[in-house]
Amino acid sequence: MATSIVRQSLFRAVAKPSMLRASAPGLMLAQRRFVQTESMTPAENISYLNSQRQHRPNSPHATIYQPQLTWYLSILNRITGVALSGPLYVAAMAYLLHPVIPAIDSAHLISIVQDLPTWLKGSIKLALAVPFTFHSFNGLRHLGWDVGKALTIKGVYTTGYAVLAATAVSSIYLAFFV
Amino acid sequence: MFRPSASSALRSIPSSSRLVASSAPSASRAFHATASASLATPAESKSAQVKEFKIYRWNPDTPSEKPKLQSYKVDLSQCGPMMLDALIKIKNELDPTLTFRRSCREGICGSCAMNIDGVNTLACLCRIDKDTNKDSKVYPLPHMYIVKDLVPDLTHFYKQYKSIEPFLKNDNPPAQGEFLQTQEDRKKLDGMYECILCACCSTSCPSYWWNQDQYLGPAVLMQAYRWMADSRDSYGAERKEKMQNTMSLYRCHTIFNCSRTCPKGLNPAMAIAKMKLEMATE
Repeated sequence: MATSIVRQSLFRAVAKPSMLRASAPGLMLAQRRFVQTESMTPAENISYLNSQRQHRPNSPHATIYQPQLTWYLSILNRITGVALSGPLYVAAMAYLLHPVIPAIDSAHLISIVQDLPTWLKGSIKLALAVPFTFHSFNGLRHLGWDVGKALTIKGVYTTGYAVLAATAVSSIYLAFFV
Repeated sequence: MFRPSASSALRSIPSSSRLVASSAPSASRAFHATASASLATPAESKSAQVKEFKIYRWNPDTPSEKPKLQSYKVDLSQCGPMMLDALIKIKNELDPTLTFRRSCREGICGSCAMNIDGVNTLACLCRIDKDTNKDSKVYPLPHMYIVKDLVPDLTHFYKQYKSIEPFLKNDNPPAQGEFLQTQEDRKKLDGMYECILCACCSTSCPSYWWNQDQYLGPAVLMQAYRWMADSRDSYGAERKEKMQNTMSLYRCHTIFNCSRTCPKGLNPAMAIAKMKLEMATE
């Protein structure tokens, strides 16, 4: 107990809080200061600081930060990029299996897709069209920033909502009307 | 390097000897600075508006205990309008162990930067939401090592600031007098020199969350550009050369959390975009 009171923190004079406060607010009856300090050599200071640093927690970040269009569209750009390139790699490399599984060739795949019911075809196309259109439109937004356009909060928000609207319209068009 | 900390500043205890020494007829008189102040009648008590504040707590003296949110109830009718007023009221009246940094209470020192209701801002510039049905959550700046409660360790942030050499560098000073600058050149610094280095923007940046060991972050990058854009500085090329690597500058993905959150209304993202553009075109 004694050491914990004395060594509450580095460089710090320490008082026991309850001693500081008298019963009547504003009226301090204490005439003595209940303060204890302990002198430390610089080397002791550093080792004590380092021992504290070892235990410091990292403050919460993504889980507590307010959802904002800014960083949500940014992470969406990353996710849609992965969602586009991943399946593309997988589909392209699947052709390598053609000698083993002869069914994997373009003619077969086209006929398989053609035989799918319309709602399933539309859903699959929508799942591909949303990341494709969003990533493309947001890419244009990034190009605009790179040449110095719309670099204000107002610009960021108007272009952001424009990208979302264009994504919704164009992906529905691509999925169900093409 | 350390900012004044509320926790380290022990409340000065008014010596009771003054009470004894004053031969004033009434004891209450001793509490008033002026005679007229003692005549003032207390304000009529308004109806209580109790709001709940949930505040991040962690104590370095008990490091095995996990950080937690502690709840405090404050009557807003008896409290100033700003978040900092509420924090000071809690520290004064409810829990003296609550630790946070504060100094100027007018948004110029940057000490009270913290995450209030999900947004990084200065507690002294942030109004308390009067809706008493909703609680207010107060966290320290995101993704920083915590010294205690709402006090993050900004050592690395300051070191990064130092690394960009934030001072005028010019090998050919004018023969006499000071460096002169046109009004147009001076205007280029507006919106950048006002930065108070509160670290709100840097700690709102997801890129800075994941890469703060190498990525400089919006606050420091805007100051780097502030010296590149200064017509009196002759080391612009060298300053830009130092940014030519994948981490220092180019971890900025133009997310704009920095500009969105800046309590001073500055636009670090624009400064960084201009820096990138100049580095690409020059």
